[in-house]
Amino acid sequence: MKFRGKAFTFGDDIDTDAIIPARYLNTWEASELAKHCMEDADPTFVSRMSPGDIIVGGKNFGCGSSREHAPIAIKASGISCVIASSFARIFYRNSFNMGLTIFELDEALEKIEDGDIVEVDASTGEIRNITRGNTYLSRPIPQFMQKLVSDGGLLEHIKKRGSI
Amino acid sequence: MGRTIAEKILAAHTSVENFSEGDIIKVDIDLALANDITAPVAIHAFRSKGFNTVNDPGKIVFVLDHFTPNKDIESAQQCKLVREFAKEHGIKGLFEGGEAGIEHALLPEKGLVVPGDLVIGADSHTCTYGALGAFSTGIGSTDFAAALVTSQAWLRVPESMKFTFKGELQKWVGGKDLILYLIGDIGVDGALYRVLEIDGPAIASLDMSNRLTMTNMAIEAGAKAGIIAADGVTEFYASQRSNRSYTVYRSDPDAHYVAVKEYDCSNIEPQIAFPHLPENTRGISEVGEILLDQVFIGSCTNGRIEDLRLAAHIMRNQKVSKGLRCIIIPATPGVYMEALKEGLLEIFMEAGAVIGPPTCGPCLGGHMGILADGEKALSTTNRNFVGRMGHPGSEVYLANPAVAAASAITGKISSPEEVFS
Ligand code: SF4
Repeated sequence: MKFRGKAFTFGDDIDTDAIIPARYLNTWEASELAKHCMEDADPTFVSRMSPGDIIVGGKNFGCGSSREHAPIAIKASGISCVIASSFARIFYRNSFNMGLTIFELDEALEKIEDGDIVEVDASTGEIRNITRGNTYLSRPIPQFMQKLVSDGGLLEHIKKRGSI
Repeated sequence: MGRTIAEKILAAHTSVENFSEGDIIKVDIDLALANDITAPVAIHAFRSKGFNTVNDPGKIVFVLDHFTPNKDIESAQQCKLVREFAKEHGIKGLFEGGEAGIEHALLPEKGLVVPGDLVIGADSHTCTYGALGAFSTGIGSTDFAAALVTSQAWLRVPESMKFTFKGELQKWVGGKDLILYLIGDIGVDGALYRVLEIDGPAIASLDMSNRLTMTNMAIEAGAKAGIIAADGVTEFYASQRSNRSYTVYRSDPDAHYVAVKEYDCSNIEPQIAFPHLPENTRGISEVGEILLDQVFIGSCTNGRIEDLRLAAHIMRNQKVSKGLRCIIIPATPGVYMEALKEGLLEIFMEAGAVIGPPTCGPCLGGHMGILADGEKALSTTNRNFVGRMGHPGSEVYLANPAVAAASAITGKISSPEEVFS
């Protein structure tokens, strides 16, 4: 699968309260959560982004709470994937479990600037910055996680294989 | 090579032999926890994927603690969904109403976790139970749904880091200050994907409450789990509360750590974490004058009876500063009852504090103490992210309960010494 979109950059340590503030956690409806995606990091984000666009973060993206509402809000907003230097661990597993595509790229914020057009090949992990004409390789995804992705998330994986 | 406590507990819960750090393994869990925010997402996923059987209802616990007593119609709907699901599947571990307390204070208090357990929880502060010598870690709602179906989870075998605390604790310093100091040292991603193993003579002298405060905040350094090996304090605590048999694990002397650090407690004064990250720590003597609009004493970090005793010790015969709101929330009904019997609630009320029912409430900006734009709060909680307790323009400072109580009286961030002198 290939993704292509405009990059929206955020800094280091973007926490789940910034991705989806707790005041909106009284619902599990993806479409509701999507309306407030990234609100406390950038209140204009939802109005400026288009489907297919890409979020780029620094280190420790998605730190803080275990709320799966965070990847749900990002996915439902239409963002195609998230690229960051590193992810907080619960956000990382949540993304694979529920089917948001994410990539770890060292020094992501130096390689991609806000507004750059970026193309990602999910099968090879190749990240092309079209605006700047550079190509990078994201960190390899463990085999088990690849299986989760190809099965369509953790619950589909269990259905298909009878266990984790 | 020898193994760490974390590796030993994982080995006891998996059929995978000879795993190494970084491997992804399947583990059997002893307990899976979810709350009124994370359970609905899991139940929705469970149902929409066509599952209809919970593998082992006895291993499931629901605590409706975040937006309860229901703060609005949507929250009430979420609780109703969980309640009905629990009934439908014969899940007896449902805590709500007068039985609800903040999950990470409630589960240890009720004896639901014992040393050697492997616990997962759809709440990031599930790492709290590591103080009991258990391996416990926060996961997401889909993981929880998978645990409903299989009583299992997938985990990446984490590397461990060891932190040894030596020396005498200074006055007014507790577990909160030690863990804030550690996070200030290694940063909010300093232990990403790893286990924080905490030990040393200073830890051996801490009571269970202070230990729980420390492991509670392991996630604030990005850790997967925080662990303190079980000792006499742990065994006494667990045996008072549970009839279940338990296993005490200790790390082998030649176990592998990716980092080993030592701190001398005699250099650690009460710590304050400045906005907007728990790593922005300073000693109380370096804070300067910071005027406050609100003080909150509560949460899974510092809402236990020992925390309230400390706060009451400072607030006795004192008055909350005019114009400052001091909100105190006992973490569980057990804590509330004990505080009532000991006369602590009377001390707080006479001082002019507001006392709330056990709930997370303001800790995550849910209800009962939301901050307005530009307001500053000192809180005994664990996170001070932008907007954590209300308006994105508000500020949260983190501290221990003694500093919080003293600051409520002076109206600015203060050492308890200022109130006593
Ligand atoms: S008290 Fe705060 S940190 Fe603890 S479980 Fe509740 S919301 Fe989370």
